Amino acid sequence: MALVLNEEQRFLQQSAREFLGDNAPVASLRALRDSRDPLGYSSQLWQQMAELGWASIILPEEYGGLDFGFTGLGLVMEEAGRTLTASPLFASAVVGASALLLGGSETHKQNLLSQVAAGELTLALALEESPHHRPTRIATSATADGDGFLLNGCKTFVVDGHSADQLLVVARSSGDSNGADGLSLFLVPRDAAGVSIQRTIMADSRNAANITLEQVRVSAEDLVGELDHGWQVLEPVLDRGRIALSAEMLGIALETFDRTVEYLKEREQFGVLIGSFQALQHRAAHMQTQLELSRSVVLQALSAVDDTPEQVPLMASLAKARLNQLVKLVTNEAVQMHGGIGVTDDLEIGFFLKRARVAMQIFGDTGFHKDRYATLCGY
Amino acid sequence: MTAAIRRESVQDLEQFRIEARQWLQDNCPESQRQPITPEEQFYGGRNARFPSEDARLWFERMRDRGWICPEWPAEYGGGGLSPQHAKIIKEEMKAIRARTPLYSIGIWMLGPALLEFGSEEQKQQHIPAIINAEVRWCQGYSEPGAGSDLASLQCRAEDQGDHFLVNGSKIWTTGADKSDWIFCLVRTNPDVKKQEGISFLLIDMADPGVSTTPIELISGESEFCQTFFDNVKVPKENLVGGLNQGWSVAKALLVHERKLMSELGSDSPREVLAPNAAAREYLEMVDGKVADAQLRMDLVDYDMEMHAIGLTHFRTFEEKIAGERSAAPLVMKYVGTEAEKTKSELLLAILGSQGLGWEGEGFSTAELDTLRLWAMSKAMTIAGGSSEVQLNVIAKNVLQLPQS
Ligand SMILES: Cc1cc2nc3c(=O)[nH]c(=O)nc-3n(C[C@H](O)[C@H](O)[C@H](O)COP(=O)(O)OP(=O)(O)OC[C@H]3O[C@@H](n4cnc5c(N)ncnc54)[C@H](O)[C@@H]3O)c2cc1C
Ligand SMILES: Cc1cc2nc3c(=O)[nH]c(=O)nc-3n(C[C@H](O)[C@H](O)[C@H](O)COP(=O)(O)OP(=O)(O)OC[C@H]3O[C@@H](n4cnc5c(N)ncnc54)[C@H](O)[C@@H]3O)c2cc1C
Repeated sequence: MALVLNEEQRFLQQSAREFLGDNAPVASLRALRDSRDPLGYSSQLWQQMAELGWASIILPEEYGGLDFGFTGLGLVMEEAGRTLTASPLFASAVVGASALLLGGSETHKQNLLSQVAAGELTLALALEESPHHRPTRIATSATADGDGFLLNGCKTFVVDGHSADQLLVVARSSGDSNGADGLSLFLVPRDAAGVSIQRTIMADSRNAANITLEQVRVSAEDLVGELDHGWQVLEPVLDRGRIALSAEMLGIALETFDRTVEYLKEREQFGVLIGSFQALQHRAAHMQTQLELSRSVVLQALSAVDDTPEQVPLMASLAKARLNQLVKLVTNEAVQMHGGIGVTDDLEIGFFLKRARVAMQIFGDTGFHKDRYATLCGY
Repeated sequence: MTAAIRRESVQDLEQFRIEARQWLQDNCPESQRQPITPEEQFYGGRNARFPSEDARLWFERMRDRGWICPEWPAEYGGGGLSPQHAKIIKEEMKAIRARTPLYSIGIWMLGPALLEFGSEEQKQQHIPAIINAEVRWCQGYSEPGAGSDLASLQCRAEDQGDHFLVNGSKIWTTGADKSDWIFCLVRTNPDVKKQEGISFLLIDMADPGVSTTPIELISGESEFCQTFFDNVKVPKENLVGGLNQGWSVAKALLVHERKLMSELGSDSPREVLAPNAAAREYLEMVDGKVADAQLRMDLVDYDMEMHAIGLTHFRTFEEKIAGERSAAPLVMKYVGTEAEKTKSELLLAILGSQGLGWEGEGFSTAELDTLRLWAMSKAMTIAGGSSEVQLNVIAKNVLQLPQS
């Protein structure tokens, strides 16, 4: 059964909730932000998360993984959404690990995956080139040079770009500037000659960077997937990322909503608790209906990765579009229903509001995924 | 009430699916696999006639197989099957687009409540008659002065020793003029808290003093009536669930009603047009895409909503099998009926002026039906507890917000 959790999954979720609640509450993110932490996350925390096995949940045992399935990873993402925990979980354990798993050579897998699993190696996908997710509109070039390639181009909104050890660069090795054909993926060490990384400070206080590649030399062994056929790896990797992000957004929505409903039961105005006003009750109840639908969508999308891969593109777009809309609704309502204190930095609701907006842009906004869903449905 | 919920082995279920598929293939007449029109729906009852010979054959085969109500106990004529088996039958019927052989308020609402609250005699008298389509039922809850605030109902039943004397009226009684029996909420004690003075009565509409007047709707149909009770004598044995205990029965029945209504969108009986199919037929397409950007987005919003609703129905089913409880069932009436309205508006927009024909030449049956269904869809968020009432229930029971 895909839509109810089994006992192990429930246990994993519970322990993730406890661990993150104790070790990485929203206050930790605030501290990282206020101290302008150079790394942007706690490496000690990441080590602990890796020891719990979270960096290797989806990896096969032969590469040091837990082989626990994508739903398990989604549950951890959901809990990390509740606490807004900054860590390489998404960029490395979801996106990077998936890319190596789906496209990496046996050497990549042997050498790198076990390091990813152990939390020793972090990765970042260098994809976007414009302010909107356009995964096939790639101008960064990979031109043949002897037995290797030279990479040239500019990347933006690279999640974990300034902290990751290695970059997965999407480049065009042939074809038009807008097309899925002719894309290739390369592994590039962060300190390779010609790579310059500029950290960008984002609304959510999480890691991102702009990256310039100038005559960066890579060898054929650095290719992930086949030359010119990188899309075959990239598309399923993006879908996994979208689904995992949807799980994180579900956690964001649930936590923001829970806190708001609690507030409605505490705050008095006009001599009564504000939660007794029907104007607020109906809006809260409507959000509850949307949360229920979204939970089903996320659970189905997560299990599709393991059980029904043919459903993944449609489910990924359904999940990302719906959860984008959900977090927008819930975070806006949360601020509004808190009244004046809702717009203060003291209240943690603002952190959820801001993370939601960044998550909504990563790997496709609402319009992108509605368009894709419609196209997949044949209209 | 229903067969005990067991965890069925996957193998048994797969075997059952194969058998069910084969049986349906062999027994469902070809004509009963076409979209159904309102006139072709068979509701049963004393005066009912089958719309066609094939409809009769199909109903009788399903009845003899025990598949009219697969989950009801076999001793009363049900199939005695588990929810998983029942779901398989439903899915396999859907796969060949088999028509529902019997439409029945008795099946959807009264039966489950009787199985839970009825006496042995009541079950034996009424359950087989529902399954065999011998009696058509209607629901007497609402009154002119008691709609959303159902518990304020006034239609009264006085204890006269060996019978109750019923006086008052009910309104919005769907199908009352065609029904044989009515299940009613009546006031049996006016001096206590309103919920505590209500009883649940079964009334034979052939009894002297019962009369009905049809009410015409914006859809042009007169599906429902006002029902009058003028000194109607009702035997004591027709009381279900004890004197002044009717509110519990009423609430349990409402759960079934809301579940039914929440599923209308996913298996609407007379669905002729699906929005995305209609789009391809009526709208300009450029490069395989609907050219009208607004309609394309409306369409995708609706399809995504239905996708999410379908998955949530599935989740509630899995939760039921696993013996888990969540808030999901409580939100389905609201989301399902709101989506039904959205769908009707969308279809109207897709059909353009062809969707606006009221009757006669120049329009296909599907087009005419679309407009009538659009009008009917407005009732979905009112009947069975309005959308606002659903939100009140969620606010109170799920979110436990303070009540004013
Ligand atoms: C940027 C900013 C600047 C401000 N500047 C000033 C200033 O210069 N001077 C000053 O005196 N004040 C100022 N205020 C305060 C402002 O007037 C209050 O925030 C506002 O009146 C709301 O009160 P509250 O924050 O206590 O929210 P609450 O009254 O606690 O409201 C919480 C939530 O409950 C809802 N609610 C409350 N009552 C009802 C009801 N009866 N029915 C339905 N919903 C209800 C509200 O709409 C809100 O969503 C400022 C506020 C902000 C945000
Ligand atoms: C197609 C159809 C078939 C029906 N079939 C039957 C049947 O077979 N048997 C039967 O007994 N009844 C039947 N009904 C009646 C139905 O149950 C009532 O219409 C329904 O309960 C609403 O009651 P009302 O019409 O009196 O509206 P009202 O209760 O007067 O509601 C008017 C408006 O006020 C809103 N409102 C009311 N109370 C609140 C509140 N507390 N908070 C916020 N908003 C509120 C409502 O949502 C609605 O928008 C049917 C109705 C329809 C439309």
